[in-house]
Amino acid sequence: MGSMFESSVTSRLKPLGGIKIEVAGQSGCGTTGGEGKASCGSSDGPADMPTEIWEKVKNHPCYSEEAHHHFARMHVAVAPACNIQCNYCNRKYDCSNESRPGVVSQKLTPDQAVKKVLAVASEIPQMTVLGIAGPGDALASPQKTFDTFRQLQDKAPDIKLCLSTNGLMLPDYVDEICKYNIDHVTITINMIDAAVGEKIYPWIFYNHKRYYGREAAQILTDRQMLGLEMLTARGVLTKINSVLIPGVNDEHLIEVNKAVKARGAFLHNIMPLISEAEHGTVYGLTGQRGPSAQELKEVQDACMGGANLMRHCRQCRADAVGLLGEDRSDEFTMDKVEEMEVVYDLDKRRAYQAKVEAQREAQVAAKKAALIAQGADDGMKVLVAVATKGNGKVNEHFGHAQEFQIYEVSATGTAFIGHRRVDHYCQGGWGEDDVLPSIVTAINDCHAVLVAKIGACPRDELKEAGIEPVEQYAHEFIEKAALSWFADYRERVKKGEITHQTRGDAAIRQGAYLAA
Amino acid sequence: MAYKIDDTFCTGCSACEPECPNQAIYEKSGMFYIKPEKCTECIGSFDEPQCVSVCPVDDTCIIDKNYPRYVAA
Repeated sequence: MGSMFESSVTSRLKPLGGIKIEVAGQSGCGTTGGEGKASCGSSDGPADMPTEIWEKVKNHPCYSEEAHHHFARMHVAVAPACNIQCNYCNRKYDCSNESRPGVVSQKLTPDQAVKKVLAVASEIPQMTVLGIAGPGDALASPQKTFDTFRQLQDKAPDIKLCLSTNGLMLPDYVDEICKYNIDHVTITINMIDAAVGEKIYPWIFYNHKRYYGREAAQILTDRQMLGLEMLTARGVLTKINSVLIPGVNDEHLIEVNKAVKARGAFLHNIMPLISEAEHGTVYGLTGQRGPSAQELKEVQDACMGGANLMRHCRQCRADAVGLLGEDRSDEFTMDKVEEMEVVYDLDKRRAYQAKVEAQREAQVAAKKAALIAQGADDGMKVLVAVATKGNGKVNEHFGHAQEFQIYEVSATGTAFIGHRRVDHYCQGGWGEDDVLPSIVTAINDCHAVLVAKIGACPRDELKEAGIEPVEQYAHEFIEKAALSWFADYRERVKKGEITHQTRGDAAIRQGAYLAA
Repeated sequence: MAYKIDDTFCTGCSACEPECPNQAIYEKSGMFYIKPEKCTECIGSFDEPQCVSVCPVDDTCIIDKNYPRYVAA
């Protein structure tokens, strides 16, 4: 493996390998290549990046792995129209049990969206980011998208604005994006080769005409690359979303990674295809499967030398509200919002953000201390699953966890790998026997699961499956807990109390995600 | 003379509305409809009817057989 694939896994935030960031004017971010980093989201602070870039990403849950423990985002569905057709999308689908990107229950006018954002931001001080991300394409309905942004910039100046697009119309709106001070743009790029693209996109609508197949894919990729270059030139941070479709673009995503890195992308988010027949998508109906956890990790690992790799994406609904992985949108339906007395309290929001800063420092200190306590590096690396409900701590009961966060641990550090959604095991105080096997499947590649508490029954079954349940580090910071458990694990292996064995693959949860 | 929107298929996504060269498309309760007297089937404006081309669901924007086909003046 060359330097492109170096697998150093510190979690320091370095744009694109962080060799050089040229800051031009008030918000420049031009990047040149360099050696890579595994993931984005420093908890160490802005030591290796310009303060301006750090300020842009540090409280953005989608751009900073670490920020997603503390800060929330919301999406408003003001732009439901789309100008391309993707084989993993079905525009007809909408159901309350369904949680997938692009799916939404309630479409809003720009005025309704603004009212909702102000109501949520007043209620949830963690809410720092507002995105327009579908269903549909934010730039296929530019007047609705920019009307919303214009009002919010005026009424809620501390909220970061971002948008998500397929890139087809991006070159036409780059100037408009800069006008509203939109710091972050996400472009979905699944291919840079039209021969691959024609298997993903049946058609696009462009310049008043429908284009099909390879011709459509060629136009799309040309426009995406041009748009990305234009954003980079203007200092807008970009995140590239790619859907990993086994047998279609899996290895090709490594080429995509190189191409977007060369054009200055800040972050690359490789997500698993979500595909079930009942979604009614082309892929769902043709039986195109999504990747397993290890297949996803393999492609992500191969891309580590490219743009910063994002691994904490929850693939949330287009109208989600709250921290990543939670959805409080039911509390803020339009009927309820209409009745709320909204007072936008900027001071309360700033006080919360200051509290988070203090906690971040404590978390970094705890991790450093645990790292110093590690013995010599013998190359051993394992995955651990963590039950958490936020604040960067091991603080969730096994039975209450809706997801587990997965960390790779070695003597040299911890790296966030991703999250695995599961169904609640514990409902009404009783463990659900049919749920446990699916949890085991979801974290089957892990050596241990760190929890605040766990019942006797699942504890035995986890042990049976070779996953060690660990309560000992309850309410400690995650990285410190993972490192402390790992030191203890290696000690036990050394003493011959246990034998170190490699783990198998794990399954990625498909279909509906039912928030509590 | 006109296209119509089959409301059993329409997702209400609004993609067609701004594409119509005649402003013939309007929204009512989240669904979209075409005013037949304004529709020109895009003849004289575009090579293909814009609502049909942009619609994400096939066979949603269809010829309304209650009207004769549009003939450019």
